[in-house]
Amino acid sequence: MAKMKYFYELTISSSPHMHSPVTTQTIMRDVLIALLPAWIASIYFFGPRAFTVAVVSMAACVFFEWLWCRLMKQHCKVYDLSACVTGLLLAFVCPVTIPYWTIILGDLFAIILVKMLFGGLGCNIVNPALAGRAFMFSWPVLMSTWVKVGFQNAAGVLSTADIVTSATPLANMHQGAMPDVSIGQMFLGNVGGCLGETSALLLLVGFAYLLYRKVLTARIPVAYIGTVAVLAFLFPLGNDRIAWMAAQLFGGGLMLGALFMATDYVTSPVTKLGQIIYGVGCGVITILIRYFGGYNEGVSYAILIMNCCVVLLDRIGRPVKFGAPKKEAEKK
Amino acid sequence: MAFSFFGGVHPKENKFYTCDKQTEVFPEPDVIVIPMSQNIGAPCMPLVKKGDPVTVGQKIGDNQGLCAPIHSSVSGTVKAVEMRPHNTGTNVMSVVIQNDHLDTLCETVKPRTQEEVDALSPMELVDIIHEGGLVGMGGATFPTHVKLSGGIGKVDTVIINAGECEPYITADDRLCREHPDEVISGLKVIMKIFGLKEGHIGIEDNKPEAIKILKSNLINGDGISVDALPAKYPQGAEKQLIYAITGREVPSGGLPAAVGCAVFNAATAKAIHDVVYKGMPLISRIVTVSGDIVMEPKNLLVPIGTSFDDLLGAVGHSENPYKVLSGGPMMGVAQYDLSVTTTKGVNAVTILGHKNRYAVEDVRCLRCGKCIDACPMHLMPVLMYKALQDGDVDGLKASNMMDCIECGCCAYTCPASVPLVHGFRVGKQLIRSAAQPAKK
Repeated sequence: MAKMKYFYELTISSSPHMHSPVTTQTIMRDVLIALLPAWIASIYFFGPRAFTVAVVSMAACVFFEWLWCRLMKQHCKVYDLSACVTGLLLAFVCPVTIPYWTIILGDLFAIILVKMLFGGLGCNIVNPALAGRAFMFSWPVLMSTWVKVGFQNAAGVLSTADIVTSATPLANMHQGAMPDVSIGQMFLGNVGGCLGETSALLLLVGFAYLLYRKVLTARIPVAYIGTVAVLAFLFPLGNDRIAWMAAQLFGGGLMLGALFMATDYVTSPVTKLGQIIYGVGCGVITILIRYFGGYNEGVSYAILIMNCCVVLLDRIGRPVKFGAPKKEAEKK
Repeated sequence: MAFSFFGGVHPKENKFYTCDKQTEVFPEPDVIVIPMSQNIGAPCMPLVKKGDPVTVGQKIGDNQGLCAPIHSSVSGTVKAVEMRPHNTGTNVMSVVIQNDHLDTLCETVKPRTQEEVDALSPMELVDIIHEGGLVGMGGATFPTHVKLSGGIGKVDTVIINAGECEPYITADDRLCREHPDEVISGLKVIMKIFGLKEGHIGIEDNKPEAIKILKSNLINGDGISVDALPAKYPQGAEKQLIYAITGREVPSGGLPAAVGCAVFNAATAKAIHDVVYKGMPLISRIVTVSGDIVMEPKNLLVPIGTSFDDLLGAVGHSENPYKVLSGGPMMGVAQYDLSVTTTKGVNAVTILGHKNRYAVEDVRCLRCGKCIDACPMHLMPVLMYKALQDGDVDGLKASNMMDCIECGCCAYTCPASVPLVHGFRVGKQLIRSAAQPAKK
């Protein structure tokens, strides 16, 4: 061969040789940052137990993923932070009084059965945190004990014996009545409910951060929240349409679900049209459950049901390729 | 104008390294290795043998069919005609020339006056361009005379591609700044061949200086417009450029002529001017030698057949290179052997340091859909890759994999660093090999 002046160990690979600085880890980190304001608010509203429940849940998720990889001799990728996101989200959708053992079981279900058994990150069909929550409803009383905001003190970290319970806005609305708290209170989060779902304002702040960082687009949340808003406005139970609609939007888990659960990359459609149909579907099912279901909160089941339709939605939403023949373009 | 193609990405441009550096004439190396395969289509057969004397501009390779002849870029003696590594990663027949540094011109190189050029018919011009060995110099290396003769009567819009959307590369930017007259003159020759009154020069708006100079060199009434397009990768991709300027979509699997367009790289336009007016075939080109670890990045006027080794030596680098690319970082070909030489389609040699390394082991698609938002061909890379993993050829075809232009937007943007483009190259090969027995 020809003589070379210089000898280097050169790497060869297929192009491109440049990569965007965004990685799985930075995305998950951004999601955690976006959830932070709502988490801090939950500690303010529900006391230090809101902090410990979430930390225990995150630690359990990371541990179970690590354990699974260890046992299955797989390359452990917990540093991508996806297990932390699952843990925090699962804590967000539990009441603050949830016993630690229950949430750890929920984590076990979410990570091992829902995520790792399907092949790990990117392969699960339904949202692990929501599936974990659905599993935890095996203990319905524990999952629907709502504390009065501002009651919990430091002692609550260990014992939940002397809590004062209260109804959530959705429980009132399920009876067809307006909740006994103001819309402003609901928007700020000063109401009973799951740990992280109460403050619509701070969830929106977190979501705005994700939009700014271009981690998410607004397609799914706009379709989802818009559908719920329109349906609630058209079919109010009560006299004041606007107040009813606002209570539907801010009174329950809709904001958390629409902004952070339905938008989960892995379990939502990848196509634009698919995402919009998915959001609308989530909205319709949520309203159906809230109006006609036996249970007053429909968000988590709506998302779980729509998760299962993702493959079909992506098939519908397939974009028309550049330079496709006109006939094909019209057919789409 | 004012159409923006769908998708695309904004990688760091890194053009500041070289965009304000005057093109330097690279001192002719002592040994030149000219590969006999420098265009898409048939390779050339060598016309010289060991020991033959050659002169600058002498034809040393030619062939029938989809092929442009190849000329010697120096004068001297043929040292060998043998297989040598080529910058596409294979070994090809090459002519090795010992340079005598006398720069003896071949007698076929004769300049023409404006009157002589005006008297030439379109087909005569195409023949001159054919003899000059011109190919698309943006990288695709499609023989120019074929594009010209095939487009006569079909083409109503001619576009000069000065988009240059690849990071680091500034060769066309410098060319437009330093030789605006030649680029415009080349465009006028193409317009004459097609019998057109109008021509476009498409250029990204991140080159304000080049746009200003090109505009100031236009003469009122010559029908040429300089279209500044938003800087977005891959603005310089042929189909995207046509869409951005005319709003026409080149049909899937078709050529630009199908929608009445023909696109020529700015360097090709300049080469057309050179061969028509100066009689000089394509034997040298501007190459940007740059990269994040390069000490003195440069734009160099390099004879075809200069080794990458010599070019690396000319610019220096601060650490051992991680990758040396023929072309830019988005579509360039990584080299394993630096004895490979520049060819007609190589507009840059990019030298990257180790900080460009990114993990590709055990990658997990997140289904984030960023690749779909980035794909300028409106494809679904995530599902194409899934089809590849399933290994089913019908599924690959149905995923429109053959429409992929391998621009690299999807793989660039993928947070999980899934080797998408690599996968699609494998997939295309699978589709091609599956199609072959059916033909027979």
